[in-house]
Amino acid sequence: MSNQSNAFADPLPALLPRTVFESEHEDFRRTVRRFIAEQVMPHHDRWEEQQHVDRDIWQQAGEMGLLCLTVPEAYGGIGADRRYSVVVLEEIMYAGASGLGWAVHSDIVAPYLVNYGTEDQKQQWLPKLVSGEAVGAIAMTEPGTGSDLQAMKANVVEDGDDYVLNGGKTFITNGYLSDLIIVAARQGDGPKGAAGISLFLVEADREGVEKAKPLKKVGMKAQDTCELFFNNVRLPKATVLGGDACLGQGFKMLMKELAWERLIIAALSVAGAESALAHTLTYVRERKAFGQAIADFQNTRFKLAEMRSEIGIGQSYVDQCLALELERNLSPEAAAAAKYWCSDMMNRAIDECVQLHGGYGWMWEYPVARAWADGRVMRIFGGTNEIMKELIARSL
Amino acid sequence: MQRTLFDADMELFRDQARRFFQEEIRPHSEAWRAAGIVDREAFLKAGEQGFLCMWADEKYGGAGVSDFRYEQILIEENVFHGDPGFFMTVHSRLIAPYLGTFGTDEQKERFFPDIISGKKILAVAMTEPGAGSDIAGTKTRAEDKGDHWLLNGSKTYISNGILADLVIVAAKTNPDNPHAMTLFIVERGMEGFERGRNLKKMGLKSQDTAELFFDNVKVPKANVLGTEGKGFYHLMHSLVEERLLSAAGNVPAARAAVDVTREFVRERVVFGQPLSKMQNTRFKLAALDTEIEVAQSFVDRCVEAHNAGELSPEDAARVKLFASEVYGRAVDECLQLHGGAGYMDEYPICRMYQDERINRIFAGTSEIMKEIVARSILD
Repeated sequence: MSNQSNAFADPLPALLPRTVFESEHEDFRRTVRRFIAEQVMPHHDRWEEQQHVDRDIWQQAGEMGLLCLTVPEAYGGIGADRRYSVVVLEEIMYAGASGLGWAVHSDIVAPYLVNYGTEDQKQQWLPKLVSGEAVGAIAMTEPGTGSDLQAMKANVVEDGDDYVLNGGKTFITNGYLSDLIIVAARQGDGPKGAAGISLFLVEADREGVEKAKPLKKVGMKAQDTCELFFNNVRLPKATVLGGDACLGQGFKMLMKELAWERLIIAALSVAGAESALAHTLTYVRERKAFGQAIADFQNTRFKLAEMRSEIGIGQSYVDQCLALELERNLSPEAAAAAKYWCSDMMNRAIDECVQLHGGYGWMWEYPVARAWADGRVMRIFGGTNEIMKELIARSL
Repeated sequence: MQRTLFDADMELFRDQARRFFQEEIRPHSEAWRAAGIVDREAFLKAGEQGFLCMWADEKYGGAGVSDFRYEQILIEENVFHGDPGFFMTVHSRLIAPYLGTFGTDEQKERFFPDIISGKKILAVAMTEPGAGSDIAGTKTRAEDKGDHWLLNGSKTYISNGILADLVIVAAKTNPDNPHAMTLFIVERGMEGFERGRNLKKMGLKSQDTAELFFDNVKVPKANVLGTEGKGFYHLMHSLVEERLLSAAGNVPAARAAVDVTREFVRERVVFGQPLSKMQNTRFKLAALDTEIEVAQSFVDRCVEAHNAGELSPEDAARVKLFASEVYGRAVDECLQLHGGAGYMDEYPICRMYQDERINRIFAGTSEIMKEIVARSILD
């Protein structure tokens, strides 16, 4: 059988031609695809075993110019548009390289600095994030608080020239390898609710920062998701993201890029579904049952046709959202709809793909088994799909 | 709804079974998951309790109790208090019956005492790379060499594949007739019988699933099981029971997923109130609870019919299809209600979610079940 571990299945040509990308994006796509095939996939099984990627893949990706594409040239980046980010994310999904936490690093952490960092903070961190010398993570979620950020307990208390941070965070993507953690915490004596939250740039090697070992998860097994503990961590005042003026503005800052962050998940979801479909097409054509290829059974044909249609529709919607995002006109509701619908669609599609693989779909060496396990979190992180529905409902 | 299937003696049996799974199985779960295999000792312990092959004749050490409800109790108690990778039922009720039905007296005398005590563990080897539900696609073959058969080929996805001491292997014995298969009892230690890797799977981490290889294995004539050339029909013989076994486990497993989720949503507070007070949570769990009740009552009715020898292949397909689909929906919804926690291995729902996925595939995929039902109403 050809569906062995790490095999790459070319995605099908889009059902509707994709007009959002230019030819330079497609050139860049080839570079990304080659890098992942040559530098990432040969190690991915081993990374799954150790529950984190090798640290040097970050520098290698940095050297190739694959990290933090939208960071301005003044800070070591190339100031590219967000379509380049989407190309990278799609290629990660096509390959099944779920250990790479680049979306969080490049497209969530770096934009916080670009949007809100003081000049010193930008100079200090952005070049290192671009080169892969520093790995970025963001710590919002706590045990017991997911989307309900207002219930956050981590807190800072002013002490002389410093703030002293205490608290615990969980489910932190890139947590184990992180060098820079953007930590959301409330001022101990500040107002309750959203108003008291600030963001801090915390170096992982500061005294009192403790990383737990990577968590075992359904999927994304090479991703070093972990718990972080902050025990009397002394933070100079210069570590408040955006400086003193931004104290207490954390909630607003967290909200600003949510549409983009949700669009990322929608784009990942469509690409993940495409990849599963491509692998499944190869499989059903080769595999025979009762004297004919599985591809010739009507149930197979209809399931695949449904997937192809839903992927095409999802892709079109995502591309249109991306076009609006480029103009900074993507509404929170449109992004919430993209995140919820595309991640649901992806999970439906992959579940059917596993089913069409029969017993093989249950075996870890088949990409579709991993895709099934990896994909489940898309309906949860970045705000659960229930939260997305709530947001859409509110707008009504 | 109050179940009416079991009598007072059976409830005592359930208590005994529960203690066994709680004391002898569950405490080892973590170690077995890490090892990718359960300890052979577990089968011996189950044997000591008289839980293996209860249906078998007393002269071989069985209890002579073929009533399916006892097996159902063992399955349910293993779901709630044991380990899903402990495939005791596969040994006792899926494979041993081949020997019970088609074995000669000599074979029964030779093998049954060790099978019933748990000293020898069973596997059945049907599936091959490229042949799942379509058994006619089998490539493994055996040649008649006069005083023995010469077996060649390979099998995959064999449950208990690493532990197995006795493997019932389906092989083609007439090149001219694709349906002419014969069953062979291959024993641990026979020359040319090798095991491949313990395969990595999505779930059921403590369950050993392996490839098996047969390279010029000399199988004595005395190890032919059943009638030469009739292996295909022998394998088909117990499909009704196999599907009922599957359904009997799926419904309590769905119930277990809802149980851990009920606990979680009552404790977890979001936006100032327990998750259990949110309407979405309430409706999702109410719908699942209802589906599980309906499924359980259908399973129990099928068990009665089976005990009376009246369970039709269509009803067995219906119950397997419905129970596994309910189970699939239940773990998916329940994981979602856990949010990020559900994705993490330390929460039981995470494992339940991964363990479930195979149930819509093995023992005949949902598509095969639909085909069986469709034939009965359309052709």
